[in-house]
Amino acid sequence: MSSIPMEYYLILSAFMFSVGVAGVLIRRNAIVVFMCIELMLNSANLSLVTFSSYLGNPIGQVFVFFVMTVAAAEAAVGLAIIIAIFRNKKTVNIDEINIFKW
Amino acid sequence: MNIWEIIIISLIKILIIVVMLLLTVAYSVYFERKISAWVQNRVGPNRVGWLGLLQPFADVFKLLFKEDIIPTAANKPLHTLAPFIALFVAFSTYAVIPLGPPVELFGYKINLVVADVNIGILYVLALTSLGVYGITFAGWSSGSKYSLLGGIRSSAQMISYEVSMGFSIAGVLLMSQSLSPVKIVEAQHGWMWNAILQPIGFITFVVSAFAETNRLPFDLPEAEPELVGGYHTEYSSFKFAGFFLAEYANMAIASALIVTLYLGGWQVPYIEKLGLSYTLTTIIQIASMFLKIGALLFFFIWVRWSIPRFRYDQLMSLGWKVMFPLALVNIIWVAALIMIFNL
Amino acid sequence: MTFYDIIFYLFAAITLISALFVVSTRNIVYSAFYLLFTFFGVAGIYVLLGADFIAVVQIMVYVGGILILLLFGVMLTNKITNVEIRTGTVQLLPAAIGIGIFMGAVVAVMIWTEWKLEPAQIPLTTTKDIGHLLITDYVLIFELLGILLLIALIGAASIARRDQE
Repeated sequence: MSSIPMEYYLILSAFMFSVGVAGVLIRRNAIVVFMCIELMLNSANLSLVTFSSYLGNPIGQVFVFFVMTVAAAEAAVGLAIIIAIFRNKKTVNIDEINIFKW
Repeated sequence: MNIWEIIIISLIKILIIVVMLLLTVAYSVYFERKISAWVQNRVGPNRVGWLGLLQPFADVFKLLFKEDIIPTAANKPLHTLAPFIALFVAFSTYAVIPLGPPVELFGYKINLVVADVNIGILYVLALTSLGVYGITFAGWSSGSKYSLLGGIRSSAQMISYEVSMGFSIAGVLLMSQSLSPVKIVEAQHGWMWNAILQPIGFITFVVSAFAETNRLPFDLPEAEPELVGGYHTEYSSFKFAGFFLAEYANMAIASALIVTLYLGGWQVPYIEKLGLSYTLTTIIQIASMFLKIGALLFFFIWVRWSIPRFRYDQLMSLGWKVMFPLALVNIIWVAALIMIFNL
Repeated sequence: MTFYDIIFYLFAAITLISALFVVSTRNIVYSAFYLLFTFFGVAGIYVLLGADFIAVVQIMVYVGGILILLLFGVMLTNKITNVEIRTGTVQLLPAAIGIGIFMGAVVAVMIWTEWKLEPAQIPLTTTKDIGHLLITDYVLIFELLGILLLIALIGAASIARRDQE
């Protein structure tokens, strides 16, 4: 097995998560925000797999499986919403989508 | 075997596979032209070499000497990268497909597969899903509406048919109880080919394979009358050759996959009853693998020149409303078989 | 530094650098393209951690499904045939401060916590174990996820389709 301590994997996942948060905060395009959410989900998955592997227990990987399923469902519905918004407002920039009704 | 021997043997295997694949691709282009000529009552290429046998090489050199044009509206890095993605995907899928039983050569026991991965089928599925990227990026980066429409059509089509493809493979996996292609082939001993045990899954898989390789009757991404050339409208020279190569390599891989999953791979039914020598048996088995792949390649070409193109809505409703339910029925069928006969 | 370590640092670098590009590049298609590398980097790290099944599923689901959907979204929500797809950034400074604090806290927690570690015992493949767990202990969640996916499919189709009058 490796000489890499578990903390390294966790720190990598923390960095990835922060990058994802940064993207959600600063980007205007809804689809890029979406990508950053996927980044965050991925980093959570990474730490789950890390724990699973360092505890010698596959349950963590089962959870990753569940997270991926939810991510897929989320991507499908979210994208449908983005397309519906684009059809009505002709934009997907989240700072321009600021009224309840149009 | 130490690590260096394993590396060298793997490299030799990869080299052999790549050379064979390139030759297969070159000659399937030749046979495509010959068979289309035969179907349409023409002669076909017959000038370069005996019966036109050197035609593929002439084609390749012609393409290489053409000017490589990148349209001004194109996105240069992605435009250049796209054919390489397509080629990479097409060639790396072959790594997990077993071409024959394990053989003894010069005192080494060699598996006739580049990588016997225990999740090989998932690897194939993952790579096929990557194939969409080459086409999507090509379509988008060309900066032409025909390319873009071709790219969008292609990715929608490939995603839709991947679903029924995955579900048909699930039937095979239930039967073999393993994700490794080697085990899947071994599970189909005797007459127990998956094509016979689960005909519905076989049909859905073959149809999905046609759709995944963008071959007629599903070649909507490059439908000439509507989209000029689809995603490769703006490609020329070497990059066009890349897409062309990838298309035929995908065809060869789809055939090899169909053989591996449904037609018993390298197995010949009851060959051990004939009492032939070990060497002869092995040679016949390897030859049967190539024969099956060749027959399927012929089938691909035959269908292309016999069946007209689908409309896009027909393609989608066929994928989601016919093939997908059929693949689900197949899973239930296989589960019932396993339950009743304790396979 | 062993071979294993080098591979870890390589994949970690690919993951992080491409993640940074996802956030910083102005062209949306480039973002999607770099996200592809991030997903690959994470898949590589899964393989290093002995989770080969999860690694392949990562490529199938994220690269083969979700990212393609996102690319579709990019192409459908922009002027067609427009190669220069660009968007800007907003609120850089507050975001930077917030993320700095957040990341510092998370990393500090991760370093200073006394993790309870078992001696590493990674099986050759975890596919079988995951399968067993999915249809024994977690079968209810598994079924519910199936229903969730079905609902998401129907919902997505009904939201995205045009109203027919």
